[in-house]
Amino acid sequence: MEEKNLGQRLHIDFPLFFGILILGTLGLVVIYSAGGQDMELVYRQAIKLVIALAGMVIIAQLSPSKIARWSFNLYLIGLILLIIVIFYGDVGKGAQRWLDLKLFRFQPSELMKLTVPMMVAYYLADKTLPPTILQASMVCFLIILPVLLIAIQPDLGTALLVAAAGFSVLFVAGISWRLLAIIGGLGAAITPLLWSLMHSYQKRRVLTFLNPENDPLGAGYHTIQSKIAIGSGGFYGKGWLNGTQSHLEFLPERSTDFIFAVFCEEFGMLGVLFLLCIYLFIILRGLYIAINAQHNFGRLLASGLTLTFFVYIFVNMGMVTGQLPIVGVPLPLVSHGGTSMVTLTIGFGIIMAIHTHRRFLSSKI
Amino acid sequence: MVKDFIFKNQDHESNLISRRIYISAFIILILISMIVSRIFYLTVTKNVHYSTLSQSNRVKIIPIPPIRGLIYSRDGVILAENKSAFSLVVTPEKISSLNETIDQLKKIVLIEDSDIKRFKKSLDRKRKFEKIILRLNLDKEEVARFSVNRHRYPGVDVVARLNRHYPLGKKLVHAIGYVARIDDHDLKSIDTSNYSGTTHIGKLGVEKYYEEFLHGHVGYQQVETNAQGRIIRVLEHVASKPGKNIHLTIDLSLQQIAIDALKDKRGAIVAMDPIKGDVLAFVSSPGYDPNKFVNGIDTESYNLLLASKDRPLINRATQGKYPPGSTFKPFMGLIGLENGIRNNTKESWCPGWFTLKGNKHRYRDWKKQGHGHTNMHKAVMESCDVYFYTLAYELGIDRIYEGMSKFGFGQTTGIDIEGEKKALMPSRRWKREVLGEAWFPGETLILGIGQGYALVTPLQLVKAMTTFANKGHIIQPRLVTSISNSIITEVHDLPNYSKNKIVLSNNTHWDDMIISMKDVVHDVKGTAWFSGKDAKYNFAGKTGTAQVIGIGQDENYKKEEIAEEFQDHALFIGFAPVEAPKIAIAIIVENGGGGSKTAAPIARKMFDTFMNNRGLITKG
Repeated sequence: MEEKNLGQRLHIDFPLFFGILILGTLGLVVIYSAGGQDMELVYRQAIKLVIALAGMVIIAQLSPSKIARWSFNLYLIGLILLIIVIFYGDVGKGAQRWLDLKLFRFQPSELMKLTVPMMVAYYLADKTLPPTILQASMVCFLIILPVLLIAIQPDLGTALLVAAAGFSVLFVAGISWRLLAIIGGLGAAITPLLWSLMHSYQKRRVLTFLNPENDPLGAGYHTIQSKIAIGSGGFYGKGWLNGTQSHLEFLPERSTDFIFAVFCEEFGMLGVLFLLCIYLFIILRGLYIAINAQHNFGRLLASGLTLTFFVYIFVNMGMVTGQLPIVGVPLPLVSHGGTSMVTLTIGFGIIMAIHTHRRFLSSKI
Repeated sequence: MVKDFIFKNQDHESNLISRRIYISAFIILILISMIVSRIFYLTVTKNVHYSTLSQSNRVKIIPIPPIRGLIYSRDGVILAENKSAFSLVVTPEKISSLNETIDQLKKIVLIEDSDIKRFKKSLDRKRKFEKIILRLNLDKEEVARFSVNRHRYPGVDVVARLNRHYPLGKKLVHAIGYVARIDDHDLKSIDTSNYSGTTHIGKLGVEKYYEEFLHGHVGYQQVETNAQGRIIRVLEHVASKPGKNIHLTIDLSLQQIAIDALKDKRGAIVAMDPIKGDVLAFVSSPGYDPNKFVNGIDTESYNLLLASKDRPLINRATQGKYPPGSTFKPFMGLIGLENGIRNNTKESWCPGWFTLKGNKHRYRDWKKQGHGHTNMHKAVMESCDVYFYTLAYELGIDRIYEGMSKFGFGQTTGIDIEGEKKALMPSRRWKREVLGEAWFPGETLILGIGQGYALVTPLQLVKAMTTFANKGHIIQPRLVTSISNSIITEVHDLPNYSKNKIVLSNNTHWDDMIISMKDVVHDVKGTAWFSGKDAKYNFAGKTGTAQVIGIGQDENYKKEEIAEEFQDHALFIGFAPVEAPKIAIAIIVENGGGGSKTAAPIARKMFDTFMNNRGLITKG
C-alpha cells in the first residue's frame, strides 16, 4: 500500500509525459522546415514547449479535490472575463479575443476549454448518474453560455472545442441516447441562428468549403493548396526540408494551422501513421486513466479532456485534408503557438493529477 | 465531496462511465481510420494527380504596383512626386565569398553593422537566387561611385524603387497630407488584390480623400518557375494603370504670403474663391514635414511633434475651434435686419456698457466711454459691443441659432479632406442636452459679440464670408479643381454646384451690411481703416478679437501682464473686391492680440497680391 513508484511521488504520468514530449519535439522539427529554416522561430517554440511542460508538472501536483473545489469559481471568472473581452478586448485578425493584461495578452476563451469540462464534471460528480432531463438541461446551459460568448467574438474554432469539451463530459456521464438525440436536434435547429451571427469571412469559409474550386485565388486557396501538398507527398514523403509546396509559399499558415500539410508532404503516409500512433497512444492512456479514476469527478474530467484532445486532432486534420471547413484549430502540441499548447498541457496536468493522487494504490497499476 | 459518493451506487455508476468510455474509444478508432483512409486516398490513390498538380503549380502571379498619381498646385508646380530611391542588392548565388564582397563594397558605399545584420537575417530566409537588400536609400554620389566600379562586383546591383516625396515639405502638409505604409487599419477598407503590390497609402488630407484616383490599378506578371521557384519565363504581362494626377486649387503665391505671415505663430489662414469654392490658400501654422512620415517616422521625432505646445499635427483650418469674436457681428446684423428688429439707420445709445433688467452685472463695451448714438453702419464699422448686446437680447437665442445655422456655423463645410470639426453653434436644445441646463439671457448677450459658447473653425468662417460676398449663394469649399490622366494630358474639371441659397425678404440688407464692412477698412472711423489705406480697390472686412480668458468686471486688460497663451486671438474676415468678389479670407492668429492690428494687415497683403496677379486693379 505504501509503495509509491517514482512517477507517483513526482505526480508525473511518464507514458503521457513522453508521448507529449515526442509530439512537441516533432513539432519543432516540422516548424524548422515550415518556417523557412528559421532557427529563431524554433528556439521561441522550444521555450514555449518547456514552459508548457513545466506548467503541466505543476498542475499535476494539485489534488483533484482541490481542482474540483475551484471549478465553480474558475468557471465564473472565465465567464466574467469573456464578457469583459467583448467590451475591452484587443482586436486581432478581426475578432476580439485578447485581453491585454499589460504583462501579457490573455485569451479568456482558452481558459474556457478547461473550465467548462471542469464545471460540468463538478456539477455532475455528486449527482446520481445517468443525469436526469433537468440536470442535462442545466449542463447544456452551462456549456452554451460561454460557447455563445466565444462564438460572437467571433472565434468559431474555440467555440467548437469548448462545446466539444462540455458535451463529451455529458456523454461519458451516461446521458440517455434519447436525450442525446434531442440535444443534437436542437443543436441543428440553432445552426441558422449561428449562421446569422457569423462574420462574412467565416460565412465565406464555410461556403468555400462546400465548393473550394469556386474561389481558387480567394478562400478556397487554402484547401486546394494543402490538398496538393498532402497528395504530392506520396506514401514515403518528399523528405524533411524537401517539401516544395510548403516552401514555395503556396501554402498559407504553414507553421500554424496548416502544419499537418507540411508534415504530410515531407513525411508522407508513413509519417502520418506514426503521428497518429502517438496521438492514439496518448488518447488511450487518457481514457485508461479515466476508467481507473477513483471518483466520478476524476472519471468525467479525465475522459472529457481526453476526448477534447481528440476533437482537436480530428478537426485540424479534417480541415487540412479538405473534409471540414477551415475554423482555425491548430494541430495539438505540434503547431506553432504557445497559447493552445499551454492549455493542452494544463489539461494533461489535470489528468496526471487525477491519476497520481489516488488514495488506495495497488501495485499493479 | 469524495465523501458523498459513499451513499451512491458507486459500482453501477463507474460501470456506466466505463461503458461510455469504451464507446468513445470505439468512435475514436472509427474516426481515426477515416482520417487514415482520407490520407491514403490523397497520398497513394491520387498521388499521381497531385504530383502533377504540384509540378505545374509553378505558375506564379507577381503583382506590379501602379505608379501613384502626382499632385500639382493650381499653377502647375509639383507638390507630391515619386522620387527614385536606390538600394544596393546582392544575389548570393553569384558571389563566391559574401564577407569579402561586403568588405570590398564598404570602400565605396557606406555600410553599417545594422545593414549587415539585416542582410544576414534575410539571407537565411531567402533562396540563393533571390536579390537581397544590403543598403537602402543610396545617395547620388554612392550610386555614381558604384556604377563606375560595377564590373568588379558581379552579383551586386543597384535597384530603384519609387518613394513619395513632397518638395514643399511642411508648407502644404495640412492640405495634401501624406502617404505612409499600409497598416492593419487600412487593410479593412481597401480592395486587397488591387493593393497587392502597393506598400503605401494616403493617410491624411488630399492624399487620403482622393486615394482611389491617385492609386491607379495594379498590373501583374504571370511567370513560370521551376520546382525550386526560380523564374524561367514570363507567360503574361499586364501593365499596371498609373494613378491619376490631381490639381489643387491652391495658389502658391498666396499660400507663401500666408505662411510668412504666420511664421513663428500659431494660427490659420484660409482664402477661398467665392464663385467656384476653390481654396486658394490653406495654412495651419505651425506645420510639420510630411516626408518624415512616408517611410515611418522615428518614435523620438514623433513624440516631439506630439508633445509640442504648438500642436503642429492639428489642422487648425478645419479642426481648430475658436470663439468668433466680433467677426460674428456682420452675421448678427444681417439676422437683425432680416428679422425686422433693426433697420440700417435706426440709432440706439451706447454708454459703454449694458445691463439686463434686474441685474447689476455690467456688460462692457471695448470702448470704455461708449460709442454714443450708434446705428447699424456705425456699429459694424466701429465694432460697437453694446449695440450688438442689445440686438442679440432682442433677437433671442432661437432666432440667432436659426440665422447662424443658415450660414453653416456648427456644421461641417464639406471640404474634400477628412477630419473636419463641426465646432459649436449653441442653442437652447444643445445646452439642455449637453450641459443639462436652461439657457440664460446673459449667454445670448455675449453671443451677440461672438463670445460665450460659440466656436467656429477658420474654414467655417471663410465659407460664411463667401456666402456673404455671394449675397446668399452657398458654395462648398474644395481643394481639388481637376483630375487628369497621367498619360494623355486630358483634364477633367470637377464641377462645384451651389445648390443652397439664403433668400432674404429684402436684398438691400446684403448691400447695407457689405457697405458697413467696406467702411470697416475704408472709412477713417473703421476699426481696420489703417489696413485699407491707399488700397487701389475696395474690399470689405470685419476684425475680431476673441477673449481667451475672462477679465473681471473692473479689471483692465493689460497685455504686458498676461502670459502669451492667455492673450486674445486676433481674427479677420473679408473679401475683395467689393463690387464683384473674387476672393474671401479668414485669418486667425492665436494669442495674436487685436484683430485690426495683427490679422487685418495680413489680409490686405494677400488681397494686394491676388488683385495684382490677376490683373484686377483698375483704379488709378
